[in-house]
Amino acid sequence: MNNPDPALFGSAPPKPSIWNDPFYRSLFFQFSAFVVVVLLGKYLFDNTTENMARQGIASGFGFMGSVSGFDVTSSLVEYNASSTYGQAFLVGLLNTLLVSAVSIFLATMIGFVIGIARLSSNWLIAKMATVYIEVLRNIPLLLQIFFWYFAVLRPLPSPRQSLDMFDIAFINNRGLYLPSPVFGDLAIWVLIALVVAIVAIVFLTRWAKRKQDETGETFPLFLTSVGLLIGLPLLALVVTGFPVHWEMPVLQGFNFRGGLTLIPEFVALTLALSTYTAAFIAEVVRAGIQAVPKGQTEAANALGLRSGVILRQVIIPQAMRVIIPPLTNQYLNLTKNSSLAAAIAYPDLVLIFAGTVLMQTGQAVEIIFITMAVYLLISLSIALFMNWYNKRMMLVER
Amino acid sequence: MSSLDNNAQYPVGEHPNWEPPVSNVGVIGWMKHNLFSSRLNTILTLLAIYLLYTVIPPVVQWAILDADWVGSSKADCTGEGACWVYINVWWKQIMYGRYPDAELWRVQTAYVLGLVGLIPLMIPNFPKKKWISAYLLLLFPFMAYVLFSGDNLGLKLVETPLWGGLFLTLVIAITGIVASLPLGILLALGRRSNMPVIKTLCILFIEFWRGVPLITVLFMASVMFPLFLPQGVNFDQLLRALIGVALFAAAYMAEVVRGGLQAIPKGQYEAAQALGLSYWKTTIFIIMPQALKLVIPGIVNVFIALFKDTTLVSIIGLFDFLGMIQLVNTNPDWLSFAIEGYVFAAVIFWFFCFGMSRYSQHLEKKLHTGH
Repeated sequence: MNNPDPALFGSAPPKPSIWNDPFYRSLFFQFSAFVVVVLLGKYLFDNTTENMARQGIASGFGFMGSVSGFDVTSSLVEYNASSTYGQAFLVGLLNTLLVSAVSIFLATMIGFVIGIARLSSNWLIAKMATVYIEVLRNIPLLLQIFFWYFAVLRPLPSPRQSLDMFDIAFINNRGLYLPSPVFGDLAIWVLIALVVAIVAIVFLTRWAKRKQDETGETFPLFLTSVGLLIGLPLLALVVTGFPVHWEMPVLQGFNFRGGLTLIPEFVALTLALSTYTAAFIAEVVRAGIQAVPKGQTEAANALGLRSGVILRQVIIPQAMRVIIPPLTNQYLNLTKNSSLAAAIAYPDLVLIFAGTVLMQTGQAVEIIFITMAVYLLISLSIALFMNWYNKRMMLVER
Repeated sequence: MSSLDNNAQYPVGEHPNWEPPVSNVGVIGWMKHNLFSSRLNTILTLLAIYLLYTVIPPVVQWAILDADWVGSSKADCTGEGACWVYINVWWKQIMYGRYPDAELWRVQTAYVLGLVGLIPLMIPNFPKKKWISAYLLLLFPFMAYVLFSGDNLGLKLVETPLWGGLFLTLVIAITGIVASLPLGILLALGRRSNMPVIKTLCILFIEFWRGVPLITVLFMASVMFPLFLPQGVNFDQLLRALIGVALFAAAYMAEVVRGGLQAIPKGQYEAAQALGLSYWKTTIFIIMPQALKLVIPGIVNVFIALFKDTTLVSIIGLFDFLGMIQLVNTNPDWLSFAIEGYVFAAVIFWFFCFGMSRYSQHLEKKLHTGH
């Protein structure tokens, strides 16, 4: 009785057949998936090379060096019709980055204001913020871009009848004209002063934190920083005798000369992108602030902290932790959405490169590949930066 | 006791019940609390009222009071305000594109067939919801396809370049969502699989489509798909756009489904394994029913985004709702009526999207059965 049948209990379970062995099964599935993908890739590749050979398109990136023969309406670098396709690519890329950067800045500003306004104790302000969010985020972005461009900016009067703001800025159907700063030779000192101020603030912050950790005494860091940031460059300006002046746009003949000119496509795209994304950012901000439990405010109050300190030292650091990941997503979306520029002919990467250059050269595969790679790279780098920032902000648990 | 003497002393328990002060209840009390509770709030309220005063009356004046509502041609628009005759004149184009007049009943029949399935699904506790979903996901797309394109069952062929307007927008959005759901589920399962090759392939696929803008996908669909296929094989612009949209949406759908999969406790898998269920049985009968229920709001959100994104197909030369309005706006007789077209499109899109987002919020509340 104490001797159980070894066939039932003692030995290892019978080995499954090779078909039912999870290890071989998984190996088989993975191998077949791999083979299918490779075969599909080869099929597409063969078709593509054959089609391209028949249409007489040489593959490769040699076309990047040929002369483009077209001009663009707005460029950050020197560019004309005798430049190469490679330079056209650079122009498009820089324009995409420019419109994204400006829109991200504006969208963050508007988004934070609207998001905080939505939580306001003032009923009217909160309702207006809600209406803004619900209206803008439920209308397609392309429609908003069209609206700003075709219905608002294009019907504006011609340069001679421009609408002006205090005779400083002018807007007409050719664009927005702003005064631009002109820097003299000595202006470099102002820049140096600014850099010095920033470096000083960084060290001051560290010093103040250490001092507070060691002695508990606080240092009026914010006011000092603002003072340094404004004071030092101002001092440099005074010492060097104001080497900076503003160049005003002036009406000459049929158009404005001088100053900073923003083409209407840029203005429309920036307006639409920033107001649309701001609606999403506002929701992110609201969610982040609401995620901080009320007990935190009450506890800080009980410790006797002032309301400004509570906001800066208790609420914002905790809310930011919730806000940053979805905020990153919104920045990514905005950058990708900036490709809608093609619809209103703002010379961004998609319009210049995937549009005009593709039409002229017929190098569809290479051009689409480069365009997609650029967006992937931008997405990836923003994601990496934000991950790094996220890690820094992460809750340090004991 | 007529006088309200605040300093009077009362024996314990005999304090009379006074009315609250007038300034704390009713309209005045509400305004005091919600509009003028502090100096800052008072300033903000006044600013907001001024802003509304400068914006709302002119808009109402333009859109309603001064607007022309009835008529059949541009000549009927005489007022200073909006010309809603525009919509009346172009209604058919904006709704159906260039679909032949005699065949419009087919589109309308398909709308009715779709609504017959959709409305019961949205009513809580309607019986046999599984069968209705199966009808919507499997049978309805097939019937709609037969009705729209024709060339069989005695229906006349209607080429896809004739499709347009809101009809085309709905076709692209719904095809995108229906096609992306199964693909998204497979990708999500693949991404959570413990087979490294399949996992890597799925991650690469998902991150690639999520990293590029839809417009480059559509450009790729319109210029590169013809190169990918052997000579002689070709399919039309709409189908190419649909494939692009479906692959793009599938990547987003996969991430939504993955969210649902991650929310399923490990015990569910272990219990299924203990019962001796295979991987596919576990997935189909245990995991998916729970995970998909959790992600219905997420799927609705993908649908809203896709619905808004369909407007991009106008850039590659399809005349969807917005594309049709753009086309009308280039008509020499109607050049100065762009605003009316955009406002109309915005209102229609807004109702669709706002309705869906409200519905998804409602679902989220209803499905939140956790602790």
